[in-house]
Amino acid sequence: MSKARPRYLDLFRIRLPVPAFVSILHRVTGAVLFLLIPVLLYLWQMSLQSPETFADFKAFMSRPLIKVLAIGLAWAYLHHFCAGIRHLALDLHYGTTLETARATSWVVLGTSGFLTLVFGALLW
Amino acid sequence: MVKREVVGAHYGLRDWLAQRVTAVVMGIYTLMLLAVLASLPKLDYWHWISLWEVPVVRYATLLFLLCVYFHAWIGIRNIFMDYIKDSGLRLVLYVITIGALVCYTAWSVQIMWGLDAAAGPKF
Repeated sequence: MSKARPRYLDLFRIRLPVPAFVSILHRVTGAVLFLLIPVLLYLWQMSLQSPETFADFKAFMSRPLIKVLAIGLAWAYLHHFCAGIRHLALDLHYGTTLETARATSWVVLGTSGFLTLVFGALLW
Repeated sequence: MVKREVVGAHYGLRDWLAQRVTAVVMGIYTLMLLAVLASLPKLDYWHWISLWEVPVVRYATLLFLLCVYFHAWIGIRNIFMDYIKDSGLRLVLYVITIGALVCYTAWSVQIMWGLDAAAGPKF
């Protein structure tokens, strides 16, 4: 009746196709962005409260480690943004064949990566 | 005639649509904010704070943040639905998430509309 079929539930043995990779990254970046909301609200408040706290904010943001983290956060936002646009296009039945779905997944990874580099260059 | 019973909580389509509408609003806001930031002559404190004193900026940002929080709720709820199998724990996580998002909403309003109070008494 039931054949002993291989079940690859080991995350390190699964090789995801590109669209699945983009999809899980969409979820992971969404979760990360959600968790960082209070940090971002705190920094935003700090930048607005007074000239002194604004200076503290600038000093904090100029630390190399914080800049690296900010670039990582920018990538998360940009990936979520680009993958989201791809998702909206799929909802409207654009790019639903296998080849185009794979191609647009690479476009999402490439575009968000490139924009992150631009952001990083501007920040540094 | 077959009488078909539709089961479920009936919020699927509504949330699916809400997730997309909020996404479009956030996308447009992001592009507009980038354009506004790029047009600032200088990013010092006075230019920065006067940007946030413009009513349109405040209300557009409030709309954006409400979209963020609602979008986050749908997304996080879906993540919990997928991975948290114990319904008691899932309910607790839902309550914590909603509580946090409601607090973030109040905090966001306070950040923007509390600016004058934070600056101290005006003479």
